[in-house]
Amino acid sequence: MSVPILEVCGLRAAYGRIEVLRGVDLAIPKGAVVALLGPNGAGKSTLLKVISGQMAPTEGDIHLAGVHVHEPEPEKLARLGLCTIPEGRSVFPNLTVEENLTLVSYAGVPADAVLETAFAYFPKLEQRRKQLAGTMSGGEQQMLALSRALASDPALLLLDELSMGLAPLIVEELYDTVAQIAETGVSILCIEQFARTALRVSDYAAVMTGGRIVATGEPDEINQTMSEVILGGAA
Amino acid sequence: MSSLLSFTILGVFSGAAYAIAASGLVLTYTTTRVFNIAHGAFGMLLSFVFWDFSQRQGMPVWLSLFLVLFVVAPLFGFVVQRVMTRGLGEAPVSVSLVVTVGLFVGLIGLAQQIWPPDARTLPFFLPDSGMQIGEVYVTAHQMITIALSVVVAAGLYLLLNRTRIGTAMRASVDNPDLLKLYGGKPSQVAALSWAIGSSLAALAGILLTPVIGLDYYELTLLVISAYAAAMLGRLKSLPLTFVGAMGLGLLQSYAVAYLPSEGAFAGVRAVVPALFLFAVVIVMPQAQLRIGQVKGLVSAPVPSLQRSVGWGVGLVVAMAVVTLALSDSNLLLAGTAATYAMVMLSLVLLTGYGGHVSLAQFTFAGVGALAYAKLDSPNLLGLFVAAAIAALVGALVALPVLRLTGLYLALSTLAFGVLMDKLVFQASFAFGFNGSLPAEPMSVLGIAITEPRVYVLLMVMFFAAMAVALLALRRGRLGRVLIAMRDSPAACGTLGLDMRWFRVALFGMSAGMAGLAGALFAGLRGTIAATDFQLLSSLPLLLLAVVCGVTSATGAAFGGVFLMLLPVLQSNHPELAGLAFAVIGFGAVALGRDPNGLANLGFKLGRTLGVRFGPQVRGFLPALPGGGARREAGSMAEPTTPERTPYDDLAGPRSGDQQEEVAVGGTARG
Repeated sequence: MSVPILEVCGLRAAYGRIEVLRGVDLAIPKGAVVALLGPNGAGKSTLLKVISGQMAPTEGDIHLAGVHVHEPEPEKLARLGLCTIPEGRSVFPNLTVEENLTLVSYAGVPADAVLETAFAYFPKLEQRRKQLAGTMSGGEQQMLALSRALASDPALLLLDELSMGLAPLIVEELYDTVAQIAETGVSILCIEQFARTALRVSDYAAVMTGGRIVATGEPDEINQTMSEVILGGAA
Repeated sequence: MSSLLSFTILGVFSGAAYAIAASGLVLTYTTTRVFNIAHGAFGMLLSFVFWDFSQRQGMPVWLSLFLVLFVVAPLFGFVVQRVMTRGLGEAPVSVSLVVTVGLFVGLIGLAQQIWPPDARTLPFFLPDSGMQIGEVYVTAHQMITIALSVVVAAGLYLLLNRTRIGTAMRASVDNPDLLKLYGGKPSQVAALSWAIGSSLAALAGILLTPVIGLDYYELTLLVISAYAAAMLGRLKSLPLTFVGAMGLGLLQSYAVAYLPSEGAFAGVRAVVPALFLFAVVIVMPQAQLRIGQVKGLVSAPVPSLQRSVGWGVGLVVAMAVVTLALSDSNLLLAGTAATYAMVMLSLVLLTGYGGHVSLAQFTFAGVGALAYAKLDSPNLLGLFVAAAIAALVGALVALPVLRLTGLYLALSTLAFGVLMDKLVFQASFAFGFNGSLPAEPMSVLGIAITEPRVYVLLMVMFFAAMAVALLALRRGRLGRVLIAMRDSPAACGTLGLDMRWFRVALFGMSAGMAGLAGALFAGLRGTIAATDFQLLSSLPLLLLAVVCGVTSATGAAFGGVFLMLLPVLQSNHPELAGLAFAVIGFGAVALGRDPNGLANLGFKLGRTLGVRFGPQVRGFLPALPGGGARREAGSMAEPTTPERTPYDDLAGPRSGDQQEEVAVGGTARG
């Protein structure tokens, strides 16, 4: 097996005195889609923040493509090919669709190419290219956010609750796009409450609770054994 | 006809300079959401630098212009952003306003310190060339200015809308963290926008200096014209800002040309920008309700009624002892300190509890003083009527801006201050031009208080009574509403509270408190003049209030003493005059982020000392009959009552410091 694209060892992180991550170990093989499941407050989003460089860990190591990440800065990681789509609507509401996409070029792809890719996947966005992103519907905003992942050709994509506040049909659509992205060889770590939808597109799944990874495995295994116990029958 | 044309050209010229200044202001506001009140002060300081380069050091004009615009100004803006205003965009408006007001005052002080007052002139660019258009001669300087404003407007528009860094500038306002995840660098973007903004302020200042002179205040207050213009574009739209600047320039020029230079309208010419600002603010659409801040302000503790009354009485008694030793002139200073402390108390209500900023609190004190002198009934009734008039004026100022909050309300108080300064206080029915009014000392229940010592004590009593009343208000239902409104207007709206009238009443009440202070001050001094209540002295007042602690009565007492000492220090050491201002200004920049100020540090120290030494000290004291002993026994016997114990530790040193401070002030003066 080749070097995993992301490897996290014994990661700990805290908000003040409240420790949220208590020794997380996780590896994402190159080209794999990993779903990270778990109840609210398990530390999933915090883990994502630490990996993307937005929060400093108190202990533990992160390796990206075998390279140890030392004192990360989110903007540097982004320029090196780590694409993070945080929780909520991750677009700039007071910029137009086109301007939002222009900013994607910081990741190293020319702006023209970004627009081309985005509009090829989501023709709807082309109709709205001059509209302010904040005035679009939630689903359209997430399409815009996802087109960043599509167009910037990242090595690793971190997705935090893509489905938040969206209708199930749209969620299915968005995850079809995630599957398409995965086909191009991008490794993906996605956090999701719609466990079944996420498991449909993923190669592996991990369950997190109380700041630790408590189970990893194939989606089927996890689906059968863990969903009743951890997710209380959700999804 | 030719006069119309020539005044139009003059108007377009000043409009062009305003446009340059205003677009810099809009740029920094839209990209970092910090409204830079010190924008004009930037221009002032950098114009002085330009004068220094081109006149004093004799560098060629083009070289000094290049150095100022492309080296000094951007560097200055960069440093200010990095050191002082970083991260202020997410802070409450009151905090960011105080920090930039601190810059404003500090820069004036700095300029006075480096370039002491002297006659300085800056020549026009290309003074000998020009062009004849019809019957009107247009100077090269005017043409350069107009051309530059167009270049600046077009350049900024292209920068913000057509380049990636410009787009990133606007994106960083929406969500700086997300911009980082995109790979952009919000801190660089912010520094760049401040560098450009500072450069534009410098350009506007340099272009206008030959016309209005190299003056600390005129150039700094130029910023009001820039706000007014920027406000037309709601601090966002650059094209509308340009239109606003041109309109304002023309309006001002026509006012000079066609309004009579005698009579009631004479003063109007000087306040056109302020009137324009008022008009724009009034027609602004309703502000959206703000969702509560995630980072709530931690306020200073509120003492119980017993404690506040106890320490109020303690203060009065201590002052009664101290004033025995003071000479008449020092008594006057003590009275001044009490006045300032009362005005600061009105800021505790408005800014500390309410979260609104008033940049013209002294103006309300002036209204109170004027009303007291004009009423000519020097008794308690006259005093309260004067305060009521000031309250009414305060409510009137808040009324037009009923629908607006934070920044706009603060700016309209600034415009109000300018209006009163230049139009009303100077008018013949008020103080008159450079005039003063006599005022009788107060009499209470038919006994005239002519003895200054008793009068000062009366003022201290008023301060103590106001502080006790204010703290009682804060503990009650109204106080809870105030804090709730400050923390989350949106949540209050959903609870069904109508905040608009409440805000007007709050403003009125605060103005009334300031008015009461002004009226008492008039009685103390015997004569009062417009110069006692200048707008510009309201700014150090606000700064000292914040530095000393705008959330507690103790902070107000400290602040009053310091503000009184300021001119004393200046007259004793004239060479340090500018420095004192600079220290206060930059002190506010450093401390403005914590509105609890020095007073709270005192409370903390007191708490530590109380925990450390309290038991030993109590051990030496004999058990007193009454409340003190009971409370002591209570806290000893029930160590589990958490609310009680910190209060006991807190309130002791709190007023102890207060007394000590007054005593120190007294000996320093004596």
